[in-house]
Formats: sequence, C-alpha cells, structure tokens
Amino acid sequence: MHIIESGNVAAAQGVKLSRAQVIAAYPITPQTPLTEKLSEFIESGEMDAQYVPVESEHSALAVCIAASSTGARAFTATSANGLLYMHEQIHWAAGARLPLVMCVVNRGVGAPWTIWNDHQDSISQRDTGWIQIYVNDHQQIIDGVIKAFMLAEEVMIPVMLCYDGYLLSHTYMPFEVPGQEQVDAFLPPYKPAYALDPAHPANLNTVTLPEVRVDAKGRTAHGYMEIRYLLQEDMQGAIKVMSRVEERFKEHFGRGGNPHYETYRCEDARFIAVSMGSLSYHLREVIDSLRDDGIKAGIMSIHLYRPFPAQVIAQGLEGAEGVVVFEKALSYGYEGALCSDVKAALYTFNGSRKKRPFVHNYILGLGGREIKTTDLYEAFKDTCLNNGKADVGLKWIGLKI
Amino acid sequence: MKNDKIDIRWHGRGGQGAITAAKIVAKAMFASGYAGVVMVPTFGTERRGAPVFTSLKISKEKIYNLSPIDKPDIIVVLDHVLLEEENILSGLKEDGLIVVNSPCSIDDYRFDGRKVAICDVSTLSVKAGLPEGMVNSGIIGAFAFASTIIGMEALVEAIKEEFSDRRPDNNAQAALLAYENTIIGG
Amino acid sequence: MGTRQYGHKTSHSEPGPGDGGRTGSWRVARPILDANACIPAKRGTAACFICWLYCPDGVITRTIPPGIDYEYCKGCGICAEECPTKAITMVEESCFILTEERKR
Repeated sequence: MHIIESGNVAAAQGVKLSRAQVIAAYPITPQTPLTEKLSEFIESGEMDAQYVPVESEHSALAVCIAASSTGARAFTATSANGLLYMHEQIHWAAGARLPLVMCVVNRGVGAPWTIWNDHQDSISQRDTGWIQIYVNDHQQIIDGVIKAFMLAEEVMIPVMLCYDGYLLSHTYMPFEVPGQEQVDAFLPPYKPAYALDPAHPANLNTVTLPEVRVDAKGRTAHGYMEIRYLLQEDMQGAIKVMSRVEERFKEHFGRGGNPHYETYRCEDARFIAVSMGSLSYHLREVIDSLRDDGIKAGIMSIHLYRPFPAQVIAQGLEGAEGVVVFEKALSYGYEGALCSDVKAALYTFNGSRKKRPFVHNYILGLGGREIKTTDLYEAFKDTCLNNGKADVGLKWIGLKI
Repeated sequence: MKNDKIDIRWHGRGGQGAITAAKIVAKAMFASGYAGVVMVPTFGTERRGAPVFTSLKISKEKIYNLSPIDKPDIIVVLDHVLLEEENILSGLKEDGLIVVNSPCSIDDYRFDGRKVAICDVSTLSVKAGLPEGMVNSGIIGAFAFASTIIGMEALVEAIKEEFSDRRPDNNAQAALLAYENTIIGG
Repeated sequence: MGTRQYGHKTSHSEPGPGDGGRTGSWRVARPILDANACIPAKRGTAACFICWLYCPDGVITRTIPPGIDYEYCKGCGICAEECPTKAITMVEESCFILTEERKR
C-alpha cells in the first residue's frame, strides 16, 4: 500500500511495524513529528508499546538501555544537540551490547544555534561503536528501520539510522508501507541471550578491571579490553551480516539489495562522487549533466558508514581516476571524516597499485545552507577537468565569506 | 508547460494550510499515474501569519532533487495580500500560470503576459459552510480549473480523504464552487 | 561581497530593528491608534505609554502620540488588548493594500 507522507511518518510506520515495545524520547526539531506519531499510534491502540516521556535525551537513552536490558525491543529518536546530550549513554549502549535502534534526524549542532540540516550530529558519533546507516529517501527510511532491528538483534550492537532533517523528515513523497504480516514473517520477536531476571541475578556492566579475572564459577572473565575487542570484532562482522539482512529483505519485500552502498552510472565512470543521504540523489542530476558534457561521471552513495565497509568501497572506487567526496560535516582541524575514511580505504586496499584515484573533498550545506545544482555541477566539473591538480586542501561549496 | 514534469509553487501564510493543499494535489496526481511527486515546504521558524511557500514537483518518473522550485510552471497564492509584499512570482516561466485567491477583479491583475486565474475562494469557502479563513480546500478547485492537469473527481476524493474527520463534504463543496467560479485572464 | 569583514567570529545579535528581517510582512491585521482616545495625545504630555511598555517587539515609540513602526510590527494585538482607553484597534491588513497598484 502506497502512501504519500513525510519522512518522519515513514520512520514511525517502520517502528510500529517492527513492533517496538518501549519508546522513550524527548522532542527536538526536526524529529518531533516522528515521536508524536508514535505516541498517537500507542494512544489509539494501533501500536502495543509503552511510551515513556522523559525530561531529556540523556534519560531517553537511559530508559531504552534499561528496557532493552530486560528483553524489550526499544527505540528512540533525536537530532543534533539532543544526540549530543545523550552522548555518554551512546557509548554505554554500545559497550553494553544492546540492540537499540535510534533514528537520528540529521541537524547541525550549536554553537551557533541552528535547526537546519547537516550531518555533524551523527558524524561526530562515529567512534562510539554504534552501527551507522544513512538513507536517501522515504522508502529507505521505513525499510531501514525494519532492517535495523533485525541487524541490531543479530549482532547485539545498537544501530543509528540517519536521515536528513527537513530535506527528508519534512518532505512528502510516495512510499510503500508493507503489511504487518509481511514484516512479522521477516522480523521475529526479540530473544536476547540474557535479559534481567530475578531467577538469574546478575550485575551488568560493572567496574571491570584492566586485567582478566577468575569469576565465582572459576571461569576466566573478560577484562575491559576483551569486551571492547569483541565489540570491534562484531562490528566488523556486521558488514557481512548486513549483506544477509539485505538479501533476506529483498526476498521478502522485493526491493533493496544495496547493503553497503548504491551507485548511479559508475560502471564506466572516470570520476566518482561519494556522498551520503539525500545529497546522493540530488547529485544524480549533476551526473547526468556532466555525462551530457562528455565527462564520464558517476556517484557512489554510501549507506553503511559504520562499520566502514572499506574493502568493498575501495573496490568500487579503484577503477576511477578521481573521487570527489561531498560532505555535510567535517572533523574540525583536519578534513571531512568520510573523505579521510575513503582515502584510508584506498590506501589499505590499493596499496600494491601504482595508480590510485585522487581524492578531493567538498564541504557544503552546513546549517542548512542551500545546495544549488549549478554549484555542485561547477565544482565537480572543475575537479574533473583539472584532473585533481588543483589545491589538495578541502574546498567549500556555497560559502559566502 | 510539458505534461510530464510540472513544478507548482504554493504561497500562503503559516497556518493557512498551503502544505495540506499541496499534499492533496500530490495524492491525486500520484493516484492518476504520476509516479514522481515530492512536496518540499519551507523549513524553519514557523508562526501563524508568516509568509511560507511549498514546492510541489510532479513527474511521470521518480524525482531525486528535493530543492525548492526556482522556476515554477504554476504559482498558487492562497492570500492575495502576499502579492504585494514579497517577490513571490520570481522565476515564473514565460508560459506560466498564476492562481490567486482574491476578491478583486481579473482586470486588476497583469503579470507580463502570464495567464492569471482569480477566484474569491475566501467568500466561496464560507458559502460552502467552512469557517472564515479556511481556503486551502477551495483553492484546489481554482487550481484544477485553471491548470487543467487533473480532473475534479480525483481531487474531490483526495479532499474528502484528507479532511475525513473535519467537514469533508464542506471542503469538497468549497473546491467545487471555486472550480465553477474561477476567471481566467491575462 | 562576503562576510569576512563582519568582525565577530561567532553568531552575535545586537538589539535593534531589523535583525530578524522585515517581520511586518507577517501581519494579517495592523494596530491603528486613535489619537482622540489616546491619553498622552489628549493631555499633550507624557503619560500612560502602556502600549509602548507591552509591545514585545519594541516597535512603538514613546512619543505624543505613540508611533508604530509598521516595517516590523507583527500584528500580535497586545497593544490593542492592553490599551486602557481602547484607543488602538486591530484592522485587517488587506484593507491597506492599494488597489490601483496591481499592474506590472
């Protein structure tokens, strides 16, 4: 059944269909309509869940952590400064290996205060041990939420599903809402290996010594470092698990199939743009114009950002002469985070080749600065024609300084 | 205006329901075979009365560009007072159309040779039994008559569905009255 | 011309008209003051000025009679509500549109 609704409603529908049991959230633009919709679903009885209104995002995630620890499927959503407010808990949820799903409706962070879209909020959380997926349209939002629960519960790592504030959250477009029976057949109920249980009491995530120790039953228990190693190991493993989830989704619903990234006109591309989110779709027009000009361009839109599927990304880019990374965030003091990750992947997996593509970085759209198709076109064309011989430093599009 | 790609910009005031009007047209167009519809509202500080606009892009194929409309084919104005204040007609194509909710005469409007459609939606909406100021259903009728891109049947259905628990018949009636009382000029 | 010469490196907003744009365009009704009912106007001296005091946007001047800056007045209606003599009434904005200025 197709409906025309906003990205936030798409997300809410996905959460309802996934039968989330506990929602704890605090409103923040541009996420608010998502949580409002969920509370409406619960109030009307359409969704059988408990909505816990909290006084802050820090508490929102705390409640989700607690709920998940008891074996309930928990969800929250936030943006920007709300995400930052729960930062400590974000690290906690990952280290506690809880399969939470959180929608991050991307918005820039203060100071200065902004309510408009960019990716700094979620990008700044890339080191926390959460899986991060960026989606490009409303269909990918609703499908992404359902897949996220499956992936999270399979690897026991929390998942952040990121979509652009306003550009996706508040725009309307048609998307298909799968039937409940269809989703139930795809996503089984949450069954953790351990959930808080008075019959089997345990102390979760206590102070853990630097060294391994022998526990009350004579087993050698992890030290802090082993626990963190396992998170990394399972994060890496999630790259393959995501492929399986995607395959399974395609079997059940007949769409999808791009677990790590999706491409447009990359087959014979000399120059490949790399980006995430709705910008990837916006760039298609630019690719078409460049192709009309005789420049073989293509775009790789990355969906799975953490874990970073470095090998497949490097493979997807190695045939190109140049790679141009367009980003709506950066690691201040250096360059765009995605750009650094792409360069590292090419360095690691192309090490034996003499010719690696050049990699250029453009920062744009911060704080919702309008992204004009003509500006994208000029910048990309400029880089292609100069064959990457221009300055190596990162460049900005749409800056008015 | 090619019928495979149509860009319509809706201008109103915060709280007037321009977004709902655009959404209704989007649903009707989608139902009649236009696979690509996106509706992009102005984002940001919201307040009743502030000028807002929403971009409705319609196409036979999926639309990938979510930028606001620069060069509209059609501009719909829910409050004629807006014509005075902001440059809301910027970018209108040469063969473009302007649809305005206004009590004034069609002769008062000249827009460099563009087609203009006037309808006193405010008055007709009250006649249809709606409270004063509710013009977002009526304006759809004026739009349909002037643009001829979609018939009233599909729109009335979409209107009744959108307003299913808020006077669906009055809203549909407002649109029908507006359809029958829109004057084209320019 | 770019913003390089702005001076501050942070977002820095100072009090004064216009920092939020031409908010007068948000109006759907405007306050009209009737000097015959206005206390300072009738007495010819500084008095009352409750409208000036209550205006949330500071667009009313403490003059005799008080002046209203329609560039920025948002038409909130608080001045009309608070005026003790009901000297201020809210009038629909569309009444002020010049009907002859419609040609382009």
